[in-house]
Amino acid sequence: MKLETLTQSIGEWLRGTGPESDIVMSSRVRLARNVAHYPFVSRATDQDRGEIERFLRERIAQVPIGRGLEYIDVGHLEEIDRQFLVERQLISREHADAQGARSVAIDLLEQVSLMINEEDHLRIQCMHSGLDLVGAWEQIRIVDDQIEKVVPYAFHPRWGYLTACPTNVGTGIRVSVMLHLPALVITRQIDKVFRSLHKISLAVRGLYGEGSQAMGDFYQISNQTTLGKTEEELVEQVGDVVPVLIEYERRAREFLVRETQQNVHDQVSRAYGILRTAQTISAEETMQLLSRVRMGVLLGLIGDVKIADINVLLVRTQSAHLQKLRGLELDLKDRNIERARYLRQHFESGEPGSHPSAN
Amino acid sequence: MKCQQCDNPAVFHITELESGAVREVHLCEDHARVYLNQSENGSGQGPQEDAEEQLEKSGLKGPLGVSQTAAELAILDQKACDMCGITFFDFRNQGRLGCPHDYVQFEKELEPLIGNIHGATLHTGRRPTRTKADTLSAEVAKTLLPEGTEELAGIIGLRRGMKEAILREDYEKAKENRDLIRDIEERWFILPSKD
Repeated sequence: MKLETLTQSIGEWLRGTGPESDIVMSSRVRLARNVAHYPFVSRATDQDRGEIERFLRERIAQVPIGRGLEYIDVGHLEEIDRQFLVERQLISREHADAQGARSVAIDLLEQVSLMINEEDHLRIQCMHSGLDLVGAWEQIRIVDDQIEKVVPYAFHPRWGYLTACPTNVGTGIRVSVMLHLPALVITRQIDKVFRSLHKISLAVRGLYGEGSQAMGDFYQISNQTTLGKTEEELVEQVGDVVPVLIEYERRAREFLVRETQQNVHDQVSRAYGILRTAQTISAEETMQLLSRVRMGVLLGLIGDVKIADINVLLVRTQSAHLQKLRGLELDLKDRNIERARYLRQHFESGEPGSHPSAN
Repeated sequence: MKCQQCDNPAVFHITELESGAVREVHLCEDHARVYLNQSENGSGQGPQEDAEEQLEKSGLKGPLGVSQTAAELAILDQKACDMCGITFFDFRNQGRLGCPHDYVQFEKELEPLIGNIHGATLHTGRRPTRTKADTLSAEVAKTLLPEGTEELAGIIGLRRGMKEAILREDYEKAKENRDLIRDIEERWFILPSKD
């Protein structure tokens, strides 16, 4: 598969559709699996890793799901291309930075991705736009069932599916939703929310998973434990809390409009202004400002921008995407200039969505 | 307002109530995350804590555990997996196990750790369907596989033994291991394809 073809689409998680997509960006389920007759990845020799990769590819090609997949040999990709896949959430940072034979298989819709030789031999991921955890779980269950028919997964009657790290053992499942919570951040309620989530065994992470910082008010909520509950119970555990968070964020947004209309209008307008006029801008600042503009659009304070466009910009202004689109490798300084140029151009032409009136 | 830990603007303004006293903390997003994680873990909520930190706290990762004496730990550290050869010391340092057999070999040691992380020590979720007779055709059911895949982990040890035998030019032993591997592969329908 040519990565360039991916630059033209935006991938499932930023499609900006699906239930509650004003707040819930995407719903994701992943399963950690290992082949029973090989050492875990960190203990595997180069030869083992090569064999594991070949074994999984050959086996998965035998089942229906395998026929719709495109493989990308991550081990032989340039750094910028690996970064590109991370930005699209098709592989993890850990997978990008690892050594040795490894690959990722993705379906054309970019809903299903299979990482081979990440921390575990196989990480199956299924991502749906908006709030659709049950849909993502139903889909991944089918993928897992098919692969399980041809691959002997390491399994123990007591411990369940065996994983390289004991924190994933049992179901090997990680259920997560990515939420956009700008109003909870502005009204300083987000820390309270984090605390209450920790108390009910849920983890809060940034945009790019483990160890990543929350950027642009985007947060991932996921289950912390994987053993002792069924997959459905864990899907429910995360799913149950989402409507509550949506309600909090909606209330905070209403509060902002009601009590601080001028203030919040000023904030989002300034953010929009900077994005349309800046001559150089970092990825972090762009993310932060796009987040505010996104909220402004949803609150009806900015009329001429579409949410889908903001979502496109969220991914295309990230470093690797920017360089792939430009067709050049750029250093940090030039990337910031190119990013500002891209944003100005985008907002001037209104591409690929609505047309903002001049000034 | 600046963050109390760095020069970034403070975006989190946290009010702490500590035994009646009020304390205000002003932090940037990065430091707020660190701060909130700390105060959360400080409350010692067993299964609710971050799993990575559990590894450290339980003494199974990093330096000496609280519950073990140095001598006890030294003996435990030398314990190695029969299949992949990883020692308990390696696991404590890396926080990653070496192969599926570790869950059997180190079961006693892992049990309290896993209990702490998950608040449970028994899997209740999905099980491999290829081991369930009712989901398979009669013909396939005759070749029903055991539920656990412990037998397959044996291949990891046999493969290691085969390599060592070749190194010391004990080709008899190498061949013996190769045949044993083939037997298991045949039983589990995983014979490698010819290339």
